[in-house]
Amino acid sequence: MCLGVPGKLEDINGDIGAARVGAITTPVNLMLTPEARVGDFVMVHAGFALKVMDGAAVAETLNIYKSVAQTRSRLDEMCARLNETAKGLAPVNLMEVCGTHTVAIARSGIKARLPANVALISGPGCPVCVTPVGEIDMAVELALSRRARVVSFGDMLRVPGSTLNLEAARGRGAKVDIVYSPGQALAMAGREEEEIVFLAVGFETTAPIIAAAVKTAAAADLANFSVLVSHRLIPPALDALLSDPNALLDGLICPGHVSTVIGWQAYDGLARRYKVPCAVAGFEPGDILESIVMLLEMIRAGQAGVANQYSRSVRREGSQPARQAIEEVFNVVDGDWRGLGTIKNSALRLRPRFVRFDAAVKYELQARRVPEPKGCRCGDILSGRSAPADCRLFGVACLPEQPVGPCMVSSEGACSAAYLYGEAAG
Amino acid sequence: MRQEAGGRRQEAFITLAHGSGGRLAAEFIQRRLAPLFPGLGEMDDAAVLRPKGAGIAFTTDSFVVDPLFFPGGDIGRLAVFGTVNDLAVQGAKPSWLSLAVVAPEGLPLDIFDAVIASVAAAAKETGVSVVTGDTKVVERGGLSGLILNTAGIGEMIPGADLSAARITAGDAIIVSGPIGAHEVAVLSQRHSLGFDKIQSDCAQVACLAGELVGRLKDAVRWMRDPTRGGLATVLNEMAVAAKATIEIVEDQIPIEPAVQNAADILGLDPLYLACEGRFVAVVAGPRAEEALRRLKLRPGGENTAIIGSVTGVDNEHPQVRLNTRFGSRRILRYLAADQQPRIC
Repeated sequence: MCLGVPGKLEDINGDIGAARVGAITTPVNLMLTPEARVGDFVMVHAGFALKVMDGAAVAETLNIYKSVAQTRSRLDEMCARLNETAKGLAPVNLMEVCGTHTVAIARSGIKARLPANVALISGPGCPVCVTPVGEIDMAVELALSRRARVVSFGDMLRVPGSTLNLEAARGRGAKVDIVYSPGQALAMAGREEEEIVFLAVGFETTAPIIAAAVKTAAAADLANFSVLVSHRLIPPALDALLSDPNALLDGLICPGHVSTVIGWQAYDGLARRYKVPCAVAGFEPGDILESIVMLLEMIRAGQAGVANQYSRSVRREGSQPARQAIEEVFNVVDGDWRGLGTIKNSALRLRPRFVRFDAAVKYELQARRVPEPKGCRCGDILSGRSAPADCRLFGVACLPEQPVGPCMVSSEGACSAAYLYGEAAG
Repeated sequence: MRQEAGGRRQEAFITLAHGSGGRLAAEFIQRRLAPLFPGLGEMDDAAVLRPKGAGIAFTTDSFVVDPLFFPGGDIGRLAVFGTVNDLAVQGAKPSWLSLAVVAPEGLPLDIFDAVIASVAAAAKETGVSVVTGDTKVVERGGLSGLILNTAGIGEMIPGADLSAARITAGDAIIVSGPIGAHEVAVLSQRHSLGFDKIQSDCAQVACLAGELVGRLKDAVRWMRDPTRGGLATVLNEMAVAAKATIEIVEDQIPIEPAVQNAADILGLDPLYLACEGRFVAVVAGPRAEEALRRLKLRPGGENTAIIGSVTGVDNEHPQVRLNTRFGSRRILRYLAADQQPRIC
């Protein structure tokens, strides 16, 4: 659900730093990591440093994956451990909650190397997939009305609204721009007279950087900048999934970057209440395999706790400044999720003192409820009840180039990943 | 909107009259284009070409890119290399080009001149001659940036016999260098990401492709340059055209670390990133090592790699299979839609 890469800070100039990511250097906004110093590793997400990482652990990981041979031997070792741990267990269903895990699993072909009694199910951790059609329609309607330039991440461009997507709106003359970071949208608003509206999707990983952007806009008194907030929160969605008596989940692979912000303690209550072990995982194939081993070990021991595989980025309490930024800027409200319905306390809205940056209020936009497309089983797929191949539209009427449902739209959607990175037969 | 003030004189911008066909247009061409392209000659309504030998290849392509200038290249170089590369991967030696420019009224002339100079330099570098051309100016607001079109004619290299129908089981698949740098360089510039280390791979492949075909003749079965859609898309086009099953080894695909890092930051898959100076060649298995050796010796071919092989043909379900770094195997498909920087 949320991309992030470790970057080593080489330079700091006020709120902006230069982070080295492998062979390149890229600017990062440091508003959410005031404690960061030159030489620290930070988790970089959409142009913002989310958290100072455990430098020694990052260096060790980079070292492990440095050479092809080392990577391979590490993975083979993990597979062997996994097979050993799974031996004799009754079949288990593990859900990878996060869409970025779904893609990593599909791209590397992990499923083909799992033992027969371990199944992976894709979860709802794809913001593009769970954003209701009505909220996409709001952005499309606003763009078409030409009252503002709509700016968002590349993920949102082709998500179908009930009639058009943002790309098609642009084809009809609407102003729509793709940015890598909300910082670019702020810069546009500072540079031009025109109204800039940022369509803010994403989970707890992205919410703090939007909060930082809103705070920056408030400090600079940027009256032509506002945000259409479609953020969602992960723990309430997991609660909704696990409380379904039909859910047959034996363990959760929890999202690494959401957890970087909210901390692994966020799953503690869920694990105990529903007796489902949780493991927070990083995004290297070896990380994912190790988290599966951790889950299998807990299942074997009859424990239901939270394991933290991704300790180089995730702490018990997460990131205090990032959580504070969310808290300061947003209220928690009920939210609609595609496929999952309304979930209590699962969405964010700008607090009254930031209401002038709320595009829905500024432009009097309201989300309408739009029924799901006929035959589409994304609801079942997002909640782990069905696999993409169970849907009759999958790969026939519903393809990445002409998606019917949300799981095919996002490149990290369960259906898109299953289609694009399908296992080769024979 | 760009301000007209700022000290620029009126004639420092493109105007509608530059494309009108009148005196100003004629002067414009004489002053700004003719000196750079001796092949334009008398500037009659058509160029007369005198090809020798084994037949000719003919292609055309139009070019738009935002921004016009990016690290490692610009629209002028793209417009030349895009067309000569299409000829080269068809087994032809590029010889002649046409050049059409569509410019918006108000475009600063120094931008126009820089692009045209770049076209001339790229043509010279490749040994092709621009022999005919056209300029049109459209009203302000009708276009941002520039549109370039080039058509190219090349003479077929004797012995070349390139066709997907000749692809057969056991053939090796070669890529002429690291992939994906062009698209990352353009995105980096467009989004001010400051990945200044990454230069576009924008280059002509005519020398390398010519060396390969000239030496190995019909042992080279098929070639294509992986532009939009990247390597994965070209491999799929090949599989479909040859009804083939193709196996690719992920670890063998050359990717510069900086390009991989940038792709990770932006959420892009390097296998789908556009290149503008690479080609994929299918070569008879027994000649693959020789092809590799010859290409590696040439400038620009140092990082050529054998990335896989054709395992079967005449399949009802052509397929590209990727043996992953992880020791697993998955299907590699066509690009569904252009990649954009994403958060997830």
